[in-house]
Amino acid sequence: MTLFGKKVPILFSLAIWFIVWELIGQAKLSTIIPPISGVLAAGITILPTAKFSAAVSISLRSFIVGMALALAIGIPLGVVMARVASLGKILGMWVNIFISAPISALVPVLMAVIGIGETTVVITVFLFAVFVIILDTEIGIKQADRSLVEMARCFGARPYQVYTKILFLCALPEILAGVRLGAIRGVKGVVIGQLLIAILGVGELFELYSQHFLMEEFWALVIIVFMFAFAVSESVAFLERRVDYYANTR
Amino acid sequence: MSADAIVEVKEVGKTYDGGVEALTGVSLGLPRGRLSTLLGPSGCGKTTLLKIIAGLIPPSSGEVWVKGKKVDGPGPERAFVFQDFALLPWANVLRNVAFGLELRGTPKEQRFEVARKQIAEVGLSSFESSYPHQLSGGMRQRVGLARALAVDADIILMDEPFSSVDEQTRRKFQEELLELLRHKQKTVIFVTHSIEEAAYLSDQIVLLSPRPGTVSKIIHPNIDRGGRDPDEIRRDKNYLDVVDEIWQILKQYI
Repeated sequence: MTLFGKKVPILFSLAIWFIVWELIGQAKLSTIIPPISGVLAAGITILPTAKFSAAVSISLRSFIVGMALALAIGIPLGVVMARVASLGKILGMWVNIFISAPISALVPVLMAVIGIGETTVVITVFLFAVFVIILDTEIGIKQADRSLVEMARCFGARPYQVYTKILFLCALPEILAGVRLGAIRGVKGVVIGQLLIAILGVGELFELYSQHFLMEEFWALVIIVFMFAFAVSESVAFLERRVDYYANTR
Repeated sequence: MSADAIVEVKEVGKTYDGGVEALTGVSLGLPRGRLSTLLGPSGCGKTTLLKIIAGLIPPSSGEVWVKGKKVDGPGPERAFVFQDFALLPWANVLRNVAFGLELRGTPKEQRFEVARKQIAEVGLSSFESSYPHQLSGGMRQRVGLARALAVDADIILMDEPFSSVDEQTRRKFQEELLELLRHKQKTVIFVTHSIEEAAYLSDQIVLLSPRPGTVSKIIHPNIDRGGRDPDEIRRDKNYLDVVDEIWQILKQYI
């Protein structure tokens, strides 16, 4: 970032936001916006509580199980859709519908069918994450270098070797992009799923804080969830950057 | 030129799915230990023919026999050098050259040893740990050639290997290729659209006519290359006659 022709660290813009927030909070313009200092203090007090760690552990569990399912089903399905043209056409339509559909609207239906519990949240995470993973994997495999596949066949590659040694690695930049976007959506899935269910994990805390008008705690939790989503996204982005050098030279 | 044919192409035709007829009734013998060129204008199906010999594309009619066996897919006695190099962008030169052996399950130490030797032969020893995107076009094609040599195939199929390489590098490359192949006694089948390249390199030139591709003429240039300077060869009367003879035939197709 440059400001007045000088390089400024990215954190600087965050700092400005926090100052503005603090000023608005101190001015007591709205009860919904408490000063950031109060929010941070609230954050520090809620972090060590048993209720918070219980909420985090159940939310993390839902997220991890849901994401694991999304990866385990999404990547192979994307590969199959790219390699089997007829399946790609049939399923592609559904993937495109679901990727643009508001999945949140389905959560009440899931609650009715599966019940009000962790399973519903896991499935919500799965549904939020899986379609973008399928789509990106499919694109990655479809764009894989034909000539490399030919080369591998020429040097005697067996069909599984074409997948493991060529196609998968060719598609890795796209697959990782899909995983990153899927993970970001997955975090939304946890929060939305739990908010709608309202008796589980972070969602329960959100409900609790907003109903009792504990705005400082509420915002502290928002920031924690933001930071988590950012950390997940950045760690996948780190892997993406490691394969970047060949994504640009394919 | 009494060498026996290591590759026999018998009445091969190829019609693509869209109904485009690329080749029709192609019959050829490609002599063992010699360099044969498939030459013709673009769209004459020369690359298609090469890929049929490689076993990458099945012919629509006719058959190809390699070392007395009918071709029904790629085989270890044939190695391919690609026009676009087809190097793994995520692997360094050493791994790329060893890739053919990796697919065969050769242990790491062993395949890297073979690869190092081939890399040295194509003059890239100090680039073993470089990645393809760090190399020039000419160097990349050396890697492609080293990879083909590493699997120790008898027949090396080259699809316009020098077309993405600049002119100066190309000449040097041609000279080195001749030297290397004479030394190793490989059979080479070489696709090109360059008349000079064909005349300079080949023991046998197969001229193909366009759409659908068929053998128009087979020329055996009788150029004495033994121990002669490349520039001397390029001034040789036989060489110039061959270039002219090819041009007289090819210009009808343009």
